[in-house]
Amino acid sequence: MPKSIIQAENVVKVYPGDITAVNDISFDVKAGEIFAFLGPNGAGKSTTIKMLTTMLRPSSGKLLLNGHNVMTDQDAARKSFGIVFQDPSLEEELTAYENMRLHAVLYGIPKTQQDDRIKELMELVELWERKDSLVRTYSGGMRRRLEIARGLLHHPKILFLDEPTLGLDTQTRNVLWKYVQKLSKTEGMTIFFTTHYLDEAEDVAERIAIIDHGTIVASGTTAELTKSTGTKDLEEAYLSLTGETLRDETSNANNGLNMRTATMNKMRG
Amino acid sequence: MPVIYILWLRQMVRYLRTRSRIVGAIGQPILFLLALGYGVGSVYKKAGEGNYLEFLVPGIIMQTILFSGVFWGMQILFDKRFGFLKEMLVAPVSRFKILWGNALGGATISLIQGIFVFIVSLVLGFRPYNWLLIPLSLLVMIALALALTSFGAAIASMVEDFQGFQSINNFLIFPLFFLSSALYPLTNVPPVLKFLASINPLSYAVDLLRYTMIYQHHFNLALDVVVLLATLAVTSIFAVNRFNRIQI
Repeated sequence: MPKSIIQAENVVKVYPGDITAVNDISFDVKAGEIFAFLGPNGAGKSTTIKMLTTMLRPSSGKLLLNGHNVMTDQDAARKSFGIVFQDPSLEEELTAYENMRLHAVLYGIPKTQQDDRIKELMELVELWERKDSLVRTYSGGMRRRLEIARGLLHHPKILFLDEPTLGLDTQTRNVLWKYVQKLSKTEGMTIFFTTHYLDEAEDVAERIAIIDHGTIVASGTTAELTKSTGTKDLEEAYLSLTGETLRDETSNANNGLNMRTATMNKMRG
Repeated sequence: MPVIYILWLRQMVRYLRTRSRIVGAIGQPILFLLALGYGVGSVYKKAGEGNYLEFLVPGIIMQTILFSGVFWGMQILFDKRFGFLKEMLVAPVSRFKILWGNALGGATISLIQGIFVFIVSLVLGFRPYNWLLIPLSLLVMIALALALTSFGAAIASMVEDFQGFQSINNFLIFPLFFLSSALYPLTNVPPVLKFLASINPLSYAVDLLRYTMIYQHHFNLALDVVVLLATLAVTSIFAVNRFNRIQI
């Protein structure tokens, strides 16, 4: 049996004002697994990812990445994962290559290996030809691919993908999942992803956990989930577990869109 | 060290790639120099106070460093909004290094802008009292640039959006500039103004700069140095403290 590479034990996150975003969740992801973390808006997905990736401190409980505690052994935990954030996270005024190099330095990749490694990954995502273009000039799909290449630069054991296909066209989505599956197979990399597209989860994920109202309501393979809920496919299983009602996400999402709308309103006003 | 260097380099590359911003940031102080230096200069002379341009130059250099230091410290806010901050914060490096890489970049940029304004003022006819004291002016400018970039970084860590940034410009930065000894001598101003200027640390920085450039000063020089260094210490601690608290 392969060892666990992500372990969450009784993790709780309470925000100021007594809002419990994550309420005592525990789960395990095995090394090399492709794991989907699903849930409606505001269910606690983002909070969980933020805690796993050391951006947010859990109120209580324990989180281990590759055996390193994310709270007490932060740098080792950070070296073991790469992440593609939900929102853009590239420096637009730098070229793609410069973005990669900055990442290489931040992660302490030896100077002698930097160039080769960057070239290898930019070729993998087919962006080497455009390495000297400013990221500002990249399309959404190109940015995503660059973010994936960047996330892989430091040989992480785990790759987190937070809604990686949001806003991408079908071609790019297919290509992206193809890369991800290849990585999992050839490098034995563990993939932890969230998505709202259940067909993606059904196609790609080997195991799935569904979170709602801060607790994990079900987990297992697609077959197990449909069997236990007596449904035909993942989408039906998901809806029977989380209900049909709409959720309001209390969000302070840091997307550039909020800011652009704000400035536009200001310009109008 | 490579981490701080690459973050510093990133700020410099950004700066050099956005030429419009360079021109914009230098344009305003030059306008002040021209409009006030020549416009108010004649009245100033008639009032028996001497050469206004000479008096004004250190104040405008301080203004340049103030505006650009706070602005480039605020880069953290842009990084927060456009997402690049996350990339830096999940990297296996301490926040202290991230903060200082960015802040040193910002401080270098504001120093360059300050030096540029100094050169322009030379073209406009400004002559320092003694060139040998100019290295000291440079030291004052470095300390000031570091303090103000830290200040900007601290504020950027606290505010969430660009409206916040605007309010800070209007209610903090402009008053700090106008209620200092940058534009007028404090000898004959009304007591309220004099009081406000004397509790404004920037007055002391200008005073020191003015001393090294034109050999005039209002406060005690030792006090100037103490206030400048204390400002630098307080703003640095403030920046580290606020930056460490960022949660995204």
